[in-house]
Amino acid sequence: MEFESVIGLEVHAQLLTETKAFCSCTTKFGSAPNSNTCPICLGMPGSLPVLNKRALEFTVLMAIACNCEINEISRFARKNYYYPDLPKNYQISQYELPVAEHGWVDVDTSTGFKRIGITRIHMEEDAGKLIHDDRKPVSYVDLNRTGVPLIEIVSEPDMRSPEDAAAYLKSLHSILVYLGICDGNMEEGSFRCDANVSIRPKGQTYLGTKTELKNMNSFKNVQKGLQHEIERHENTLLGGGNLIQETRLFDPASGTTISMRSKEQAHDYRYFPDPDLLPLRVDLELIERMRKSLPELACQKKERFVRDFGIPEYDAGVLTAERSLAEYFEKAVEIFPNPKSVSNWMMTEFMRFLKASGTAIVSAPVQPSDLAGLLSMMERGAISGKIGKVVFEEMWKTGKDSNQIVEERGLVQVSDVTEITDMIRKILLDNPGEVTRYLNGKTQLIAFFVGQTMKATRGRANPQIVNEILTDELEKLRN
Amino acid sequence: MSHLYEKTASDLAGLLRSGKVSSVEITESVLSRIESLEPAVHSYVNVYPDLAVSMAKKADEDIRRGTAKALTGIPIAIKDNMCLEGRKTTCGSHILANFRPPFDSSVVKLIKDERMVILGSANMDEFAMGSSTETSCWGTTHNPWDIERTPGGSSGGSAAAVACGQAIVSLGSDTGGSIRLPASFCGVTGMKPTYGAVSRFGLVAYASSLDQIGPFARDIRDMSLLLNLIYKHDSLDSTSVEIGHSDFTSFLDNSVSGMTLGLPTEFFGKLTNEDVEKNLSEARRIFEKQGVNFVELSLPSLDYGIAAYYIIAPCEASSNLARYDGVKYGHRAEKFDNMIDMYCRTRAEGFGQEAKRRIMLGTYALSSGYYDAYYLKAAKIRTLITQDFKKAFESCDAILSPVAPAPAFKIGEKIDDPIQMYLTDVFTIPVNMAGLPGISCPAGFSRDGLPIGMQLISSHFQESKLVQLVSAFQRETDHHLKRPAI
Amino acid sequence: MKITLEQVDYVSALGRLALSPDEKTKFMGQLDDILKYMDTLESVSTDNVEPMAGPVELFTPLREDLVRPSLSVDQALANAPSSDGSSFVVPKIIE
Repeated sequence: MEFESVIGLEVHAQLLTETKAFCSCTTKFGSAPNSNTCPICLGMPGSLPVLNKRALEFTVLMAIACNCEINEISRFARKNYYYPDLPKNYQISQYELPVAEHGWVDVDTSTGFKRIGITRIHMEEDAGKLIHDDRKPVSYVDLNRTGVPLIEIVSEPDMRSPEDAAAYLKSLHSILVYLGICDGNMEEGSFRCDANVSIRPKGQTYLGTKTELKNMNSFKNVQKGLQHEIERHENTLLGGGNLIQETRLFDPASGTTISMRSKEQAHDYRYFPDPDLLPLRVDLELIERMRKSLPELACQKKERFVRDFGIPEYDAGVLTAERSLAEYFEKAVEIFPNPKSVSNWMMTEFMRFLKASGTAIVSAPVQPSDLAGLLSMMERGAISGKIGKVVFEEMWKTGKDSNQIVEERGLVQVSDVTEITDMIRKILLDNPGEVTRYLNGKTQLIAFFVGQTMKATRGRANPQIVNEILTDELEKLRN
Repeated sequence: MSHLYEKTASDLAGLLRSGKVSSVEITESVLSRIESLEPAVHSYVNVYPDLAVSMAKKADEDIRRGTAKALTGIPIAIKDNMCLEGRKTTCGSHILANFRPPFDSSVVKLIKDERMVILGSANMDEFAMGSSTETSCWGTTHNPWDIERTPGGSSGGSAAAVACGQAIVSLGSDTGGSIRLPASFCGVTGMKPTYGAVSRFGLVAYASSLDQIGPFARDIRDMSLLLNLIYKHDSLDSTSVEIGHSDFTSFLDNSVSGMTLGLPTEFFGKLTNEDVEKNLSEARRIFEKQGVNFVELSLPSLDYGIAAYYIIAPCEASSNLARYDGVKYGHRAEKFDNMIDMYCRTRAEGFGQEAKRRIMLGTYALSSGYYDAYYLKAAKIRTLITQDFKKAFESCDAILSPVAPAPAFKIGEKIDDPIQMYLTDVFTIPVNMAGLPGISCPAGFSRDGLPIGMQLISSHFQESKLVQLVSAFQRETDHHLKRPAI
Repeated sequence: MKITLEQVDYVSALGRLALSPDEKTKFMGQLDDILKYMDTLESVSTDNVEPMAGPVELFTPLREDLVRPSLSVDQALANAPSSDGSSFVVPKIIE
């Protein structure tokens, strides 16, 4: 029997606000434990929440980018459950009335564009962090992250493969980062994903028993986890077994999923409207203001790069996959207006070094102006393409600019005909045997002489000029 | 000459300004009264003589410098559920026995800015859950008029202290009658302002959509002065309403002739206590004499007030009290097997019976499958109650009603019968459900000498009408001037 | 009975209250009485009535996104029943 999988994702994105969702503590990452806390985010008796305006603006921005209907009135609700990283033992979230509903995003998959429905986008607050002691039977609670604003983006079960899911996730990630409302860091947990997955015989329309999959902290792991889970479902059903609805944890080490059934009992969240907050109103003025501030998103940028810069669609896709990469490209083109050349260098040398070093684009040692400088040196003929690569590597390693490196290492191309002629005459005198064989018809030896010349100039000689002079000088010897 | 602790805040303010007496002298007079009566009355959880005297000294400096405000130098008691920086704020609960908040509640800030003198934290029912101050983990407060009786609750300490000179004025909180009932039982004037008029920031929550802080005083003038101080918008409380108000004392001398009072048939139909009935009829006669018109009203949904309240308040409480878990502050059990066991034992040890009962009730009513039948139904009935009141205020300026079905009951009388205890608040609860302002003012005494209050209710943010009416009543009567012989 | 002992067990577990057998029996009876009293609400017609979550008929205010000082770590931990000077300490959570 052939199965198809049905996948829906719940994505949590931390919003890049300065302060927490309901108090004025900083959201700064990496501070000393419990140093970014106040009576409100510590859940102290008597403290009350007041909503961060920017958190709402960011949520509305995402809702617009995801083509959602924005509810004029929504409501905060309390989700009640006990956990030591949740100081009030309830999370302020939204339940019956979220900020936005009924949206969609078009996702670029290997089989073409696919429209994935967005069920809802709602606001909530993040929980703190627990650190478990290796030796003692205790855990440590750090409440710095408590109260950081999150949006939860819930998709329709519109994905049919792990590849679909990964493509959708990348597209949400790209939108969030392009909007500048989330840093998208999956390892640090500012972009998190849970998946609901079930399978059914191909052609059927019913939904099979689903499992909820957690703890997939990279795009690769989302794909791996789903793949494994789908296989587990298939094997169970084909083996005559029954699936149970449960939450499972992806284990990156083994690539398998583990049941969390022990924690599953009594998930009775007792949602009710939070009486400490009034209904939330998103008026038309706010929506319009956000709509006007909406930046160009990846797919629009890609189209423009192909149209205006004449670069291949594939290259445009790579360059716009990340906002910072696209911005890098545009800055370099602004200084060195040869988009094809910039694109070629970025797609090859730049990406190679970037991947190898694992550096973030914004902090790459070769900045757009540096790259533009190098490219214009090559265009002027001051250095060859080959030397260009050497210089680029040096730039990446030292952070120096191309002029400085070329000057320091004496890499300026030698184009002086007299200087090269003198050098060639000396080489021909030093290698009489090769000259005789050349003159006797072994013309391939021209490469040997070119090599010797380049060696003598440490690669700086203009190869075209070297070729011309060599041929001339050798022909002179024939007489 | 009468003692300083017997005087009203406005008289004392006059004495302070004229330099005839210092705030330190007033404070010492009240502190000595506290010391002599605490064994019998037990109004306080904690008394802070050190703090009070140092605040009084600062107040005296302000007075000398001429920068004193209306209530500068006047001693006040704060209910034990209002955060006071660095001092124990226990909410009458063992689970918060050692909690010292690192911040002041917004009302405490206002009191400090006014340079009033904070005497200590007044006793209360645990987490304000109760009508008798018997559920406090620190022991019950006794009614100064008859120490075998309860002062009412939950703000019993705040009311008793003002009644017997252990404070000049005080603050309480009112979720279902917790200011008005003890004011009635103790023969003082107490008001629950409109929901949203006084900041709840720093008030330890019982039921957030019903809780409201309000003043206790010996007469309407003092109460108006204190109301002036706390009636302020606060950006730290999302439910605080930005609404200006005139000086409430400017309504004290206004005539009430031509005003209309409504009499809800549902309330008066329930009255079985002759003393309460007699006092209310007498009150009506006094108002009529001053040209007030009366109109009978029907507010049919009010009959469901108690049932709806005892769903909504416990639902909110079950969630508000979830934070007491032995992790960040408060009591933690000594012995436990694991995290969940630590929670369960900590909470079992830390909460008293009434808190547990309401946590159980609220948790049940919100649990899967019951939400619609309980919380949602009650929230809809709340709408009906509010609509009934709105309609009523189309034909009257305020509603006159009893505060409680009977005068103060005996300590222990109702503690084992939750429903009987809950029914004490039948006349006060609907006011909280609709978020309206309500005032309780001495209306007379029972045959055995117990104070009996009357309640006046007005529409949202119309506290000035209540001040005007009660002031007119107190001009014609002397019930509010009587003090317990303790 | 409107409430069973099993429900009392379930609710006390949800509310994280370790109740003694006596308390359970007592609460079962009291909750039963209270819930029976609540039955009076069934007779009220609430069709087409909007629920009311609170008395204020306004919308939630918004705060500017400006950082204000947090508590010091010592202040944050001052009331903790157990801490190591930088974190709250709890019994180990088994994931």
